[in-house]
Amino acid sequence: MTLFTKFFGATAALALTAGAAAADPAIIFDLGGKFDKSFNEAAFTGATKWAEETGGTFAEFEISSDAQREQAIRRFAEEGYNPIVMAGFSWGTPLATVAEEYPDLKFSIIDMVVDAPNVQSVVFNEHEGSYLVGMLAAMASEDGTVGFIGGMDIPLIRKFACGYAQGALAVNPDATVLANMTGTTPAAWNDPVKGSELTLAQISQGADVIYAAAGGTGVGVLQTAADQGVYSIGVDSNQNYMHPGSVLTSMLKRVDTAVYDAFTAGTELEAGFNVMGLDNGGVGYALDEFNAELITADMQAAVDAASAAIAAGEISVHDYMSDETCPVLEF
Amino acid sequence: MNKMPNWADTILVPLLSLLLAAVISGVVIALIGHNPIYALKLMVSGALGTSTNFSYTLYYATNFIFTGLAVAVAYHARMFNIGGEGQAYIGGLGAALACLYIPWPHWTLALIGGGLAAAIFGAAWAAIPAYLQAKRGSHIVITTIMFNYMSYPVVNYLLNGPIKAEGMEPATPSFAAEIALPNLSAILGTFGIAFSDRGPANFALVIALLACVGVWILIWRTKLGYETRAFGESESAAKYAGINPTKIIMIAMLISGALAGMMAINNVMGEAERLVLNAVEGAGFIGIAVALMGRNHPLGILIAALLFGILYQGGAELSAELRIPREMVTVIQALVILFTGALDNMVRMPIEKLFLSLRRKEAK
Amino acid sequence: MTEQSPAIELKGISKAFGPVQANKDISIRVMPGTIHGIIGENGAGKSTLMSILYGFYKADSGEIFINGKKTEIPDSQAAISAGIGMVFQHFKLVENFTVLENVILGVEDGFLLKPSLNKARKELRQLAEEYELNVDPDAVIENIGVGMQQRVEILKALYRRADILILDEPTGVLTPSEADQLFRILGRLREEGKTIILITHKLREIMDITDTVSVMRRGEMTATVKTAETNPSHLAELMVGRKVLLQVDKAPAQPGEIILDVKNLNVTDEQGVHRVKDVSFNIRAGEILGIAGVAGNGQSELLEVLGGYCVATGDIFMNGEPIDLTGDKSDGQSRRERGIAHVPEDRHREGLILNFSAWENTAFGYHKDGKYQKNGVLMDNAAIVQDTAEKMERFDVRPPNPMLAAKNFSGGNQQKIVVAREIERNPDLLLIGQPTRGVDIGAIEFIHKQIIALRDQGKAILLVSVELDEIMSLSDRIAVMFDGKIMGERLPDETNTQELGLLMAGVQGETA
Repeated sequence: MTLFTKFFGATAALALTAGAAAADPAIIFDLGGKFDKSFNEAAFTGATKWAEETGGTFAEFEISSDAQREQAIRRFAEEGYNPIVMAGFSWGTPLATVAEEYPDLKFSIIDMVVDAPNVQSVVFNEHEGSYLVGMLAAMASEDGTVGFIGGMDIPLIRKFACGYAQGALAVNPDATVLANMTGTTPAAWNDPVKGSELTLAQISQGADVIYAAAGGTGVGVLQTAADQGVYSIGVDSNQNYMHPGSVLTSMLKRVDTAVYDAFTAGTELEAGFNVMGLDNGGVGYALDEFNAELITADMQAAVDAASAAIAAGEISVHDYMSDETCPVLEF
Repeated sequence: MNKMPNWADTILVPLLSLLLAAVISGVVIALIGHNPIYALKLMVSGALGTSTNFSYTLYYATNFIFTGLAVAVAYHARMFNIGGEGQAYIGGLGAALACLYIPWPHWTLALIGGGLAAAIFGAAWAAIPAYLQAKRGSHIVITTIMFNYMSYPVVNYLLNGPIKAEGMEPATPSFAAEIALPNLSAILGTFGIAFSDRGPANFALVIALLACVGVWILIWRTKLGYETRAFGESESAAKYAGINPTKIIMIAMLISGALAGMMAINNVMGEAERLVLNAVEGAGFIGIAVALMGRNHPLGILIAALLFGILYQGGAELSAELRIPREMVTVIQALVILFTGALDNMVRMPIEKLFLSLRRKEAK
Repeated sequence: MTEQSPAIELKGISKAFGPVQANKDISIRVMPGTIHGIIGENGAGKSTLMSILYGFYKADSGEIFINGKKTEIPDSQAAISAGIGMVFQHFKLVENFTVLENVILGVEDGFLLKPSLNKARKELRQLAEEYELNVDPDAVIENIGVGMQQRVEILKALYRRADILILDEPTGVLTPSEADQLFRILGRLREEGKTIILITHKLREIMDITDTVSVMRRGEMTATVKTAETNPSHLAELMVGRKVLLQVDKAPAQPGEIILDVKNLNVTDEQGVHRVKDVSFNIRAGEILGIAGVAGNGQSELLEVLGGYCVATGDIFMNGEPIDLTGDKSDGQSRRERGIAHVPEDRHREGLILNFSAWENTAFGYHKDGKYQKNGVLMDNAAIVQDTAEKMERFDVRPPNPMLAAKNFSGGNQQKIVVAREIERNPDLLLIGQPTRGVDIGAIEFIHKQIIALRDQGKAILLVSVELDEIMSLSDRIAVMFDGKIMGERLPDETNTQELGLLMAGVQGETA
């Protein structure tokens, strides 16, 4: 009986996929690949969560060359996948071209803005989330020196660093913020050894809380911080569990939520500008059983108050990418 | 006495190597649960099946022709130029600067100006390692590798600051629409041949083919090429003949760097029409395998570049169609490189023996 | 007297490399306690035959008997255990090891080195006494002369209990006196009952020391004779396959104007070694100046300076005009423009590009010549091929195929390609180094004739050779170099090999 159901179920599912392929969503990953321990992986997690919860299927593709972008979007569009989601700023130009060719399909792009009637552009207020973890860092620091380790040196990562520095200085105007980037190539997203070296260097300069916004490189930062007995801050997803007692908190950037939401909306996806900020849970800081002892009630109260104030527009956190300068940090 | 006829050396050996690579790739594909014959069909049709797909194949091949020729020219002087990657990247910078800041009235002029800028920038990037080798004996392999690494932060800095377009992306603004190079469909269209306009292949292909002819003339028909080959074969003999080693190293490396830089005509001016991060995407390194497989001869390089173009484009289709991971495709590509390049002798030796024993039989 | 079995007997050995038959049905018997010479031109198959005996190659057919027993020799280990030792033309010693370490290399017994070294030291002393093979066991190889190094090679073989010694062209690198010492040692080894096979192309050595001699030509054994029953010209005829003139025929020189005038030339190499010391000489038109000397005494550097690829101080005048020694005009191209042609000592390293075809090599050094160009930019390959074909015809290069790569010609034909290229430029001065090294007797005769003919056209010729016979028979004047200095000048009619040999060894005779 069970075997029979399974068999039938499988056939039915197969038939369904074949028939329903046209309405399936699709996701295209950037050059880093879907297991990049960063936003591609977060996007994959969101897609998987949707598939598990709804029992639906989705198509996916990892590009291996910049020239494949248009080709990849067009290929899914031709096969009728809807919506088609992609993460990364590099998709902006090719998506603008292809979206025009397929006005009946919906597209969603994360971390980039494409102005078209059938494209949803999802951007995150990373500077606001970073501001909050910057406050926590300054409050947890004993000597007033906090560190930031970025991945590849691009404007987006400077945006993280700038928000972080503003938060730290808001708590302690005398705080010293050290900022280093791991590298200038995509390899900087996945170089835990270099991350570890930079961590040691910052510790030797007095840093006792270090925020890693560096994809896979951050694994090395968190590990070394734990080994050296200083605090670290994770990024993108909740990384508190990795070294309980050492990871102070994590700056959450819910790329997975963005993908999940886009898949859930399906063909009804709403085009336009979608800002994921503190107010709608797109960014934030992580509090769970692994760091409950590290975040005192006072700290939590201060950060929550700041979060509310930012959401209400009472505190304005400078966005590096608005003018490509940071008032409190030199790069 | 040659051990085997020319045709066996240039055609039979690479063909058998490919066949071996295909068989092992087939086993790998079978192991992950797909039908190898179907996969092969997919790969071939993905690369050659439609004119759009073929356009992609030609686009990749064009990149590889430039970088392959670059490696070959240097190799004739026995300079192992591993720096094609960096030279092509810096060449891209040259092309981008020329296309952004000079208001070219027509694409033909932009092609000449941008192409020249790309060549000069690429050559300049090769010049310092060349000088260090010629005058100081610093090994060219080491210095060109270092210069690859040095090209990344240079371009990265500029793309994040001085020449960055508005917006989040570290890239230059797009070039003016008037100076876009015609794509292959437009070129073939003038001859009444229908070709998809959705692929990236463009006028750079014509330049690449001309470069093949140019390199052939340079190496086998000019005094400079003669001196370069003589120096490459025997430095002591070259000195005896009064060939200046410094001059040969410098010129060979400058030409090599210029060819690598000219890849920018394809990827920067022809395809992206702007400079993006990591624009070369390893084509500089593939050039080494292409030159090796093409026996440092322009015709061989042309064929090898096409093969690698097929592998690239076919591989992408394979990954998209069968939903097999990208890494699997890389494994297949690596197998082909391994068999045609590094393991060349594995196939060559038994074939040589076979020919020798055949001849001996004839002799008897 | 009972029939003694030969130390070595080869029966019907054949070996082919592809279509090339290197050894054809070769049979030899060498009796114990004798010295057996094997003589033949380059490429006659001598080295292949010995490599088969030493286990480097496997014969296609044929049998090997050692002391009457059929023996298989699949590798050199088997050869050593059969009692065969080999002294190669190019020594196989570790340069920065001591003599003792080199001797035991590969036959150390036990895990620790010390006992082996001690044992070897004792044994070495014994061997030295027995065979007059005196070598300092603690000297480092790179610090001792080539003669000594050769003794180490012989000691190595004896230490491995060799009863049969094969020596491949052993005198190529030795001075005449070192060669004499070697022959004394070989004589001593013969007295002690060792069997020796001597491979050489020098007829004099065969006549001096061997008991029997085999002649090889084109892979075949053409004759085996008792040395006492033959003579050099007969052997030469057997080697070449026709009558050969061993003596060069030449009229007395008619010297004219001074063409080359060298004054106080000094060369210091990159390692700071003073190679050429205050050398002065001149050469007149229609004259051959021969420079004798053991290799490595500054002759090579002298040629390189004149050829334009070695820096020097001093003055050189060509036809009365000074030559640039350090500036822009000090390269080989400029020298050729001044009428200097150069046949370099080492055709493999300098004179030819082995992977280039004959026609490409014919243009080598003269590739910028106007007659090899067309349209100002391109090389006129067809014209070069044509020119090469004509030169090959005139110099009897075989095979006369301009398209064939240089590496595929025999040594003599390679040298003819170089000599043709240089002589046919009709230079005022010809520099020619080791003109007949590794060249077969037939080609030697031809090249010598060409040199004399050029002299008789009134050209100046500087001849550098380590072969005293060659110097003696070609030169109009002879200068001897030792340690970078010219030890003296002699006229060939008024000197002899003994006197020159002393000068070559640095012993100053009465000055000229």
